[in-house]
Amino acid sequence: MKKTFTKVLAVVLALCMVVVCFSACGSKKDGGDSTASDTFKIGSIGPLTGDNAVYGKAVQYGAELAVKEINANGGINGKQVEFRMGDDEADAEKSVNAYNDLKDWGMQILAGTVTTGACLAVVDKTKADNMFQLTPSASGADVIKNDNVFQVCFTDPNQGIASADYIADNNIAKKVAVIYNSADAYSTGIYNTFKSEAAVKGLEIVAAEAFTADTTDFSSQLNAAKNSGAELVFLPIYAAVAASILKQADTMGFKTTFFGCDGLDGILSIENFDAKLAEGTMLLTPFAADAKDEKTQNFVKAYNEAGYDKANLNQFAADAYDMIYVIKAAAEKANVTPDMSVSDICNAMKSAMTQIQVDGVTGLQMQWKATGEVNKAPKAVKIVSGAYVAMD
Amino acid sequence: MAEKRLKLKKNTKNNTITYALVLAVFLLIEIMQGTGNISSLLSGLLVPLCMYSILAVSLNLTVGILGELSLGHAGFMCIGAYASSIFSVVTQNTITNVWIRFPIAILIGGLFAAVFGILIGIPILRLKGDYLAIVTLAFGEIIKNVLGSIYVGYDSHGVHMTFESASSLDMEPDGTLLINGPLGISGTPNDSNFIVGIVLLAITLIVVLNFINSRAGRAVMSLRDNRIAAESVGINVTKYKLMAFTISAFFAGIAGVLYSHNLSILAATSKNFGYNMSIMILVFVVLGGIGSIRGSMIAACVLTIIPEKLRELQDYRMLIYAIVLIVMMLLTSSPKMVKFWEAHSPKRFIEDKFRSKKSKAKGVQ
Repeated sequence: MKKTFTKVLAVVLALCMVVVCFSACGSKKDGGDSTASDTFKIGSIGPLTGDNAVYGKAVQYGAELAVKEINANGGINGKQVEFRMGDDEADAEKSVNAYNDLKDWGMQILAGTVTTGACLAVVDKTKADNMFQLTPSASGADVIKNDNVFQVCFTDPNQGIASADYIADNNIAKKVAVIYNSADAYSTGIYNTFKSEAAVKGLEIVAAEAFTADTTDFSSQLNAAKNSGAELVFLPIYAAVAASILKQADTMGFKTTFFGCDGLDGILSIENFDAKLAEGTMLLTPFAADAKDEKTQNFVKAYNEAGYDKANLNQFAADAYDMIYVIKAAAEKANVTPDMSVSDICNAMKSAMTQIQVDGVTGLQMQWKATGEVNKAPKAVKIVSGAYVAMD
Repeated sequence: MAEKRLKLKKNTKNNTITYALVLAVFLLIEIMQGTGNISSLLSGLLVPLCMYSILAVSLNLTVGILGELSLGHAGFMCIGAYASSIFSVVTQNTITNVWIRFPIAILIGGLFAAVFGILIGIPILRLKGDYLAIVTLAFGEIIKNVLGSIYVGYDSHGVHMTFESASSLDMEPDGTLLINGPLGISGTPNDSNFIVGIVLLAITLIVVLNFINSRAGRAVMSLRDNRIAAESVGINVTKYKLMAFTISAFFAGIAGVLYSHNLSILAATSKNFGYNMSIMILVFVVLGGIGSIRGSMIAACVLTIIPEKLRELQDYRMLIYAIVLIVMMLLTSSPKMVKFWEAHSPKRFIEDKFRSKKSKAKGVQ
């Protein structure tokens, strides 16, 4: 009896190996004749698992929604669009793997990646392949160093400048404390330019407190901020950590205004986070789900009707939604067709990007420079009674 | 006497199989590349596969041969990656020949990791078991966090260093920023390729396998099996422990060199050099069989390829990966399956044919 079981097991395992071998062969063939396909193959890469999954998922939903709408309305230049997203867990090495996998699938345009660190590894690969790349949310300044990469979001340095300008111009505070993640490219990128712009605008940074990844106790940073007499605490960090900072500030009775950038978006949907604690928090983000303009309302309605997870309805989803429409606009301007080679598509799209103007959810009249930087007006939202409300 | 000779032969045979396996894989991949039958995914994975194999083999030296649980292996990899990357970035324009620059970078990465291996090894190898594991874990995290937040640059006044920010380095306008805090090092030349990787893997195997079978290796194994007995016959505990630990760190550093010269961006995050990575390498070693060099190499390759090949399955990818881990664990380590493998191994089959009486001993290989 036992012998038969083990024999069966051996056969099953052998079969598994054979199947894996054949599946490998299959995927190879797909990669070979991608140019002969009759659909646009747009790939994206982002963290669908792990700590930053909320951002990757948001991009996936936003992009899928846009692709669905475009396909229903006749596609790009009359051709349908296929979209596939690869998981990179926000890691550079995995991101390159995902990129290679998408290439095997026949990807023609890369609509990613979601996070900066991973994007920096991928941009050199797209450069080598001369593939057009448009990232929804990788905001690092180095992301667009190659001429084939464009951004939908602001760069980190611009966010720092815009934040300092916004605080100074609207007279929100004079004395500012900053709590930032010194082991994170996004956070330090914003902090560095915020610091220099604050000096220009006459803001006084009374405390600059750093922490590193995996920190859970922020009492020393919060105490330093409290004792410095700051009127506002600037948090250029991601929502999950900001949530615990707000919690701990509340516990120690530190009441002040918190101000963040687009990373803070999604803080209300953090699990076990009391939304009341975020009351009055301001954030500079290009998207607020309950903004009153028509574009946003249509997007939110379509998103909810499609049945995607509401927790992922944030700026990343909006950026991704815009991203697909930007690709559509540029592709139509350049008159590209799916039977063109990846390199030809890239060259045509590159020059088209500087000529188009797109009204999107994350900003009206978005325009691009040849450097890849986007030009749109920054927006700020405030959390009022548990919801994001657009500020003027 | 006859017994001893037989044992030696067994070792040689076992090692030959390991080398032959590496050679066969190398030839297979070369043929696939030559005929253009290789997917982008697989060709992108070749260097990481060599890298993870080197990591697994070198950690096996600490875990399997020295018998101490080290959870800081990724830290040594991090040092090797940073040291070699800095070297390559600085000398990129002076030493333009890759075949001179890259070997030096590899040596520098390995030596830096080895020096840190000695420095860290001296205090922590006094500890045993769980305590040693905890301290190595801490050292690995310290290395990652320090390198992940330091700013280093140089100009005509020399080298500047700070933990504050890039602007507080106070460099001359012509200064070069080497490590940009959490943004790490960018612009490392992409020198790693499959041939270099497989050569390094072969060197690692030659050194590690010969070390295990050498006088020093036996001394290390005797420490693992019974420290007091080994000490009583005059084996220098500190020396041999440190020797194994340093060799292990050296090759981890070399794996780091492969890593940093494979991607254009090098940043110390918890994903690539954190304890997750250390544990990942330990998983390779444990699933491949503690003490089995060939096994850890195979496990490293299988466990790296599986999640990538399963990308088709989207969200179920990680679920299946976990199941594969559990199945592999059961297949390789549960007593029943071990018995099964022993009873059905081809070696046993042949041995049974020729001499049906004597086949009980099972070496560490």
